[in-house]
Amino acid sequence: MKPTSFDYTAPSTVGEAVALLGDEEREAKVVAGGQSLIPMLNMRLARPELLVDITRIPELGRLHVDGSGKLRIGAAVRQARAAADGAVREGWPLLAVAIGRIGHPQIRHRGTVCGSLAHHDPAAELPTAAVCLDARFVITGPRGTRTVGAEDFFVATFSTAVEADELLTEAVFPPLPAHHGWAFEELTRRHGDFATVGVAVVLERDTATDTVRSARVVFCGAGPVPVRLPAVEDALVGTDVGEHALAAAARVALARLAPADDVHATAEYRREGAAHLLVRACTTAWERC
Amino acid sequence: MTTSVPAPLAARTPPLAEPSAWHGISLIVNGRPVTAQVEARLLLSDFLRDRLGLTGTHVGCEHGVCGACTVLVNDEPVRACLTLAVQCDEVELRTVEGLAPADAPLTPVQRAFHECHGMQCGFCTPGFVMTTTALTEQDERPDEEQVADALSGHLCRCTGYRNIRRAVCQALDERFGE
Repeated sequence: MKPTSFDYTAPSTVGEAVALLGDEEREAKVVAGGQSLIPMLNMRLARPELLVDITRIPELGRLHVDGSGKLRIGAAVRQARAAADGAVREGWPLLAVAIGRIGHPQIRHRGTVCGSLAHHDPAAELPTAAVCLDARFVITGPRGTRTVGAEDFFVATFSTAVEADELLTEAVFPPLPAHHGWAFEELTRRHGDFATVGVAVVLERDTATDTVRSARVVFCGAGPVPVRLPAVEDALVGTDVGEHALAAAARVALARLAPADDVHATAEYRREGAAHLLVRACTTAWERC
Repeated sequence: MTTSVPAPLAARTPPLAEPSAWHGISLIVNGRPVTAQVEARLLLSDFLRDRLGLTGTHVGCEHGVCGACTVLVNDEPVRACLTLAVQCDEVELRTVEGLAPADAPLTPVQRAFHECHGMQCGFCTPGFVMTTTALTEQDERPDEEQVADALSGHLCRCTGYRNIRRAVCQALDERFGE
């Protein structure tokens, strides 16, 4: 199918973009790579009156590590560029790997990191990676600029803290300090699909005792938002990630996860898969600590 | 010696119903300059096929799944059905028609698909050929995983993947050495 009729504008500043989004006369949508929006336009699931293309705003095309060592990815930075960036691969490998699991290269050449985050499909890789990495989101609107943490950013399926008249301008990822290991595992029917279920794990090794000092465990495809399970994290802290610890963590995950049934998989299948992926991810993350 | 300037490629312009909602774009398509007025909602795939007459870019699913419409935008393979023509102002674009002119020999990638019979009905072929062309233009030979990742972005519903894979390997061998 073809999109319904809409107008298009490509402002050159964030201020202009926000003014256009705040226009109450016309329903406006932000477009950058369009890899989530354009399918919805083609199928007429989305019928905006105006598309505001933010890819011509120079400051949104920035990807850099700031003075405090945080990775800052502007809203127009495409996924392929972020995943290939040397600083990202070196300092935020979990992010680079998660991006590599999005669709196909043909999609990642157009799609943006912030676009996937703002679209928030709960089976998508990036929202879960963002929660696991404790990312922060810079949002600009008519009421000024604010910063929101990852756990408050994802509100519900296809819904985030970004209001209709606001623009996500930047995603900010804190550095992963020494003795932190990571892993990202997912279950997909076909290469490039959204995750049936997946998990991102970051473990911190206490080098004195050779046990887990802290853990972050976040699942995708397990609910309407990325699902962080502190109970699983608690089950891992203080352990050596041995067989017993992994079995205990998997049991907690099985008990706490409440994914939905849908055409892709049953809730039970997702839960079982998640527990297996958790064991694999924790093992890998621990080896990388 | 004179350098020949490529002739512009003419774009058909339908009657402008609402001129305010049309946008001017200028881009390079297969080495030739193109300027056109496009409606915001016009997909790149439809722009290429209906306005420029470049029907080598095929439209399969029209929501980014099948890969038949893959073209190179600034040398990167992208889905033409998930790209708005209006977003292609000032880009350099290549379609399957741009690979080998009618009177020229096939490119190594096209020849590999021909020799390995990397097609059955041929509908998916332009997309596969464009992605493979991009793979051969990398600085280094892509590894097995990268090749699989790139090809996974294309569906062949005749399921002739084995020969497609052979064709891609032959093209990569020819470009990078075995």
